[in-house]
Amino acid sequence: MAFLELNNVSKGYGIGAKRAEVLRDINLSISEGEFVAIVGYSGSGKTTLMSLIAGLQRPDDGEVKLRGEMVTEPSPDRAIVFQNYSLLPWLTVFENIALAVDEVFPKWSTDQRCKHIEKYIAMVNLTPARDKKPRELSGGMRQRVSVARALAMDPKILLMDEPLSALDALTRATLQDEIERIWEADRKTVVLITNDVDEGILLADRIIPLSAGPGATLGPSVKVDIERPRDRKALNHDSRFKEIRKEVIGYLLGTGSRSKTSVTRKLVLPDIEPEDLTHMRPLFGGGRARRKREEKSETVEVS
Amino acid sequence: MSHYVELSNLTKIYPTPKGPAVIVKDFDLRIAKGEFVALIGHSGCGKSTVLSMLAGLNDISGGGIILAGKELTGPGPDRGIVFQSPCLLPWMTALENVMLGVDQVFYSGSKAERREIAEYYLTVVGLGDALHKRSRELSQGMRQRVGIARAFALKPKMLLLDEPFGMLDALTRIELQQVLLEVWGRTQLTALMVTHDVDEAIFLADRVVMMTNGPAAEVGDILEIKFPRPRNRAALLEDSEYYRYREYLMTFLEERAQHKQSVATAA
Repeated sequence: MAFLELNNVSKGYGIGAKRAEVLRDINLSISEGEFVAIVGYSGSGKTTLMSLIAGLQRPDDGEVKLRGEMVTEPSPDRAIVFQNYSLLPWLTVFENIALAVDEVFPKWSTDQRCKHIEKYIAMVNLTPARDKKPRELSGGMRQRVSVARALAMDPKILLMDEPLSALDALTRATLQDEIERIWEADRKTVVLITNDVDEGILLADRIIPLSAGPGATLGPSVKVDIERPRDRKALNHDSRFKEIRKEVIGYLLGTGSRSKTSVTRKLVLPDIEPEDLTHMRPLFGGGRARRKREEKSETVEVS
Repeated sequence: MSHYVELSNLTKIYPTPKGPAVIVKDFDLRIAKGEFVALIGHSGCGKSTVLSMLAGLNDISGGGIILAGKELTGPGPDRGIVFQSPCLLPWMTALENVMLGVDQVFYSGSKAERREIAEYYLTVVGLGDALHKRSRELSQGMRQRVGIARAFALKPKMLLLDEPFGMLDALTRIELQQVLLEVWGRTQLTALMVTHDVDEAIFLADRVVMMTNGPAAEVGDILEIKFPRPRNRAALLEDSEYYRYREYLMTFLEERAQHKQSVATAA
């Protein structure tokens, strides 16, 4: 039996003529301990899909099941790492994580909880920043707090919604390595949502493209059968990496791309030269434009 | 090969309370007419400083820049700029935003001609149906398309792109790279693009200039991208040469990154 299962899930917003279909016919089945990446355009409904799995929203149609049980509301079983970190600004790193841990493990002793929290702070390499407030941390460090908070809840499944999109390329690479390392140690079931195909291939066991909306749906899932640990640089020479990359990008730019209406239109580009604005502009009329009088006209496909 | 653009010993120094901070030092680069050059390096290494000096938006502390035989002294419409955020005027339509510059630069042309120019470039970037939409009605990607059309419409001598797709998601970025390449192919403008996306640099540029980390950043290495044009992404992704270029650039960036960290711990 699949660990997480989505059967014919559809979701839209609004009613009547204003209704916008966001997701349609989403079928997904993830087994325990699997790391799945879902890649799609911004605005295609990735976050809606995440909210449905998290139980923050209910599908209009179809069902979401975790271990055979229907998901109807949010629960600490499913921890989320958001793109914008969502930390409480007046609490320290420790306190932010404690908030979640106290809620999930109320029966533990204070000492036990404290040790637990510190273990996860150490796991994301933030021990020196234990008593800092979020505003004293860089974006990458804040996201680490968010990851530690999610893992400290010991969820059955970890949901990551574009966790690294707000970070610069270098910090992103560092955190990708860290996510891989933590996952190797912890082997949680993970759903990672991203717009970066390379990130998906680097981290996941399986990568699934989500077509562009409206009415987005999942494309063919591609197994990332590349041995771990994966090295970003070595991947460049991996023929399987190239194949997977091509397949996923190919789907997203082809079948799964935004709908294009091809209109051909006649366009005219007057062949006149720009004026030199460092010279004084003549007061009257401005004379005639310098031109070669050979207008270019062509038809252009509008997408 | 004539040098259309020459950056010679370009230096930028900011005065600080602790003494002068040298951001860019003796940056040398020659660009041929019609060449597309990408400038890559880590955040904060000074690539945008080089670009803004070329744009005339930032004073030059030392050295100089020559464009088409004339030394640059300030900003001007002979350099079209595409910023990271498109900087459109929100109360104007896409067409009006492009017309703003076109009306200035082509004042001797007729009104109809100026409009034709703006419509031409907006249509070519795929906004033929959105000419009269205001900027807030456009998605981030569409706004950046307006930004591209606006730069090309001025018929500048040179195009400057400052991480033009940095704010977009990875897939929209791919779409817009294609759009940029298409418009660029029509005009063959000399272009300098700042980016930290290795794939973007390989796909678009004739040459990739790698900048060392600051302070006192300079040209670290130059890689020539020998793919013929027009380029097709799918074909490139199958070319083993592509991955060799990719690794070369990534190795440079990673080695410099280590260099940066060792400096940081030493400080």
